[in-house]
Amino acid sequence: MSVLVFLETSEGSIKKSSIEALVYGRSLQLGDVHTMVAGNPSNLDEAAKFGAAKIHSISDSRFQSMDSAAYSEALSGLATQIGASVIVLAKSAFTDSLTARTSFIWDATAATNVVSLPDSGFNIKRSIFTGKAFETVALTSERKIISVRKNAVAVTESPASGEVVSFQPSLSPKAFAIKTISTEKTSGEVLLSDAEIVVSGGRGLKGPENWGLISDMAKVLGAATGCSKPVSDLHWRPHHEHVGQTGIKVSPNLYFAIGISGAIQHVAGISSSKVIVAINKDADAPIFKVANYGIVGDAFEIVPKLTQALREAL
Amino acid sequence: MYSKAEKACFFINNRLGVRSKFRILQPYYQRLMKILVCISSVPDTTSKISFSDNDTKLDNNGITWIIGPYDDYALARAVELKEASGNGSITVIHVGGAESEPVIRKALAIGADEAVRVDAHASDGFFVAAQIAAYAKDKNFDLVLMGRESIDYNSGIVHGLVAEHLGMTAISPVMKLEVNGSEAIMDREIEGGKETLSASLPLVLGCQEPIAEWKIPSMRGIMGARTKPLNVIPAVAASSGLSFKNYELPPPRTTCKMVADSQVAELVSLLKTEAKVI
Repeated sequence: MSVLVFLETSEGSIKKSSIEALVYGRSLQLGDVHTMVAGNPSNLDEAAKFGAAKIHSISDSRFQSMDSAAYSEALSGLATQIGASVIVLAKSAFTDSLTARTSFIWDATAATNVVSLPDSGFNIKRSIFTGKAFETVALTSERKIISVRKNAVAVTESPASGEVVSFQPSLSPKAFAIKTISTEKTSGEVLLSDAEIVVSGGRGLKGPENWGLISDMAKVLGAATGCSKPVSDLHWRPHHEHVGQTGIKVSPNLYFAIGISGAIQHVAGISSSKVIVAINKDADAPIFKVANYGIVGDAFEIVPKLTQALREAL
Repeated sequence: MYSKAEKACFFINNRLGVRSKFRILQPYYQRLMKILVCISSVPDTTSKISFSDNDTKLDNNGITWIIGPYDDYALARAVELKEASGNGSITVIHVGGAESEPVIRKALAIGADEAVRVDAHASDGFFVAAQIAAYAKDKNFDLVLMGRESIDYNSGIVHGLVAEHLGMTAISPVMKLEVNGSEAIMDREIEGGKETLSASLPLVLGCQEPIAEWKIPSMRGIMGARTKPLNVIPAVAASSGLSFKNYELPPPRTTCKMVADSQVAELVSLLKTEAKVI
């Protein structure tokens, strides 16, 4: 028996959320922990550090194109080859397709957005209604796929042998049906969905020209920047920074909502944050109902002072 | 650009309606784009979620049901594509009970030509995908569009499962979609950015903003929707290996500790020593 963990990479390194998935897979205690990874990431040693007994590494350069068809054929093929009973992956924009297609090919049941380890009856808790609730479901099939929500697993080290073996998946002619024409990616910044601290701005910042306030503070904290839906609708910030019900759902340790009133749609995207700090000039703004700490006042005065205080304290 | 003959063809076809047998198909049939849009019916985004019956049922009190917001984007883009091609058809499919018919009618009012309701409780993504695939399998849709996920159970797997059932290519989350003959050019959101992709039709796509702007049905659309066909079909058998146990609400958040606007240093020390998050 074994567990197979898919390690997703971003800009040449294994994503933090994939390490969480690895720790989850290890914690299942269902046999050897295998991992599958493509593209020889720079931090491959992390996999061993967090419990991978074997790392199946794909060097086929076509895997640079994130085509869920190829990845699902590879993942299900490997799972069968090593006799895995569970596949674990971190939920992401890419892995939704991968989870679905792998569950079909490998004849497994999948649960996504999972926030707890299974009990002895394989009952697991998953986040639903965009963070407004949870449900417990039992996975009754023999083969199971668990897609873990970000920041739901406390990461602890547990070194294993981490033997790297080359893996050449057998692929069907349909495996690469997508052609990548171009990629636009902000590099060198903290990924919003993976971030431990997020600094978000809303319409209270009055215009894109004032975003330096947000990015300066984020830089001091090593945080990702986010925004509310009106801000991305107004094109003040790119869509991939939109946090909320129909945007990115974040679950950081610390979330700053600056000049964000806290509409229920925004709150849905941040409700799994551990600590929320709100800065808003309106004392009645609903954001204060979900925040742990609040300051009522002018963001244009408070934020630079706060950034300075953080710079001194850290 | 379209030739005069093509434009004349579109004009006649538009006047005839999509189901007319007198439509001019040859030699322009390749421009007939058949789109299936899969819609979920979900509590509107401002709903407060609560449960009844010992946390086993969603409490419907005070909930307004809407087309899943992501599905609504998919539908809006389908309507735009149909309008641009001048010669296409949009079918919407929904898995659910008769109580979701107002939501389906709204989709018809927005611009779908016909609707199908699979008469069954949408127990999970595996079941829903099996129903959509069973309906779509012999209908030669060029595009099967839906939201990247439903905002109730957030599974995000239906598009991928439908694609596997139908042997089609799946892409999600798609935030821009252009169709050029038999090829689609798309922007897919990736973490921290986007990538531009191309793939051949047919495709199953999970959509999200800003693929299109939500459409508000016109009065004419609402009137027209009453007479558009809404077929109710039985569900096919499908197993999933998931069994529901119970719901649970997250613990309430603690009350907000207010800090005076002149005391930012105090906030920093609270984050450091009390919350221990920096």
